[in-house]
Amino acid sequence: MIRIPADWRALLRPGDWLVIAAGLVLCVYSGIGFWTAGAPDGVIVRAGGKVFAEADLSRARRIEVPGPLGTTLVEIEPGRARVAADPGPRQYCVRQGWLDRAGAVAICAPNQVSLILTGRGADYDSLNY
Amino acid sequence: MTRSTIELTPTVEDRRIARHAAAAIVLTVAEAAIPLPLPGVKPGLANIVTLVVLARWGWREAVWVSLLRVFAGSLLLGQFLAPGFFLSLSGAIASLLVLGLAMHLPKRWFGPVSHSILAAFAHIGAQLVVARVWLVPHDGVFYLVPVFAAAAVLFGVVNGLVAGRLLQELAIEEAATGSAERESECVVKPPN
Repeated sequence: MIRIPADWRALLRPGDWLVIAAGLVLCVYSGIGFWTAGAPDGVIVRAGGKVFAEADLSRARRIEVPGPLGTTLVEIEPGRARVAADPGPRQYCVRQGWLDRAGAVAICAPNQVSLILTGRGADYDSLNY
Repeated sequence: MTRSTIELTPTVEDRRIARHAAAAIVLTVAEAAIPLPLPGVKPGLANIVTLVVLARWGWREAVWVSLLRVFAGSLLLGQFLAPGFFLSLSGAIASLLVLGLAMHLPKRWFGPVSHSILAAFAHIGAQLVVARVWLVPHDGVFYLVPVFAAAAVLFGVVNGLVAGRLLQELAIEEAATGSAERESECVVKPPN
């Protein structure tokens, strides 16, 4: 706590403290509201256009997704997800790395597997490549 | 040279407004020299003058001082009609409106510090709206809201304390010299 000299403290009236407190509450509230908006809360894995699995991002797990070329391995960790391995020739979805924003997508087109993070306040609805 | 048929006689009030506006403009220019880490986060020292004028001479004079400061300050800094000018103008108008309401709060409970913080929030609020609608048409501007809010609280308190202190010392000075000697030409003092 910052020590304010008495003659300056005398300038602060009771309501002023209230306004300061309200201002600080607004700071924290806006911080929570605006800085956590992009955090994802779940992941949807699709295979061949159909939803293969839906999971939350609270605990680590691995999902093996079968496709026409073989098995795509989706890895989930708290707050993020990635395609760990894919039989596709160019490995675009693997090299995308960890996805950690709501609305982020990794698509393994050859194996027809896609991964999308869901969450409040997604930055974008969809991505086109 | 033909003598001008129009004669402008500045009243006591005009001189007082000009004097206060000049003080506010000096603070604006001085503040522009302070390097700041983030665009948009400024102490807003000139608002100390607005707060003092508001408390001593009322809202109408505070409006004059504040808007004169915005216009003259931007002219001096080469910002007139640049985006920064519209941001300060919108901020100043919003703060003045809020100050017009806040000054009617019970004086026993709410002092210059409250006025200052409320005005600071009005200031950033209006600026964000203008920035979002016109300058950065993307919700990304709101990412900085927590930073601006923190700055509003911090600088609001500091400016409010300085304004409170100035008001206190002006009151002491006035009490010592009987009637305000330095501002003896200002006879019409609004009742508090």
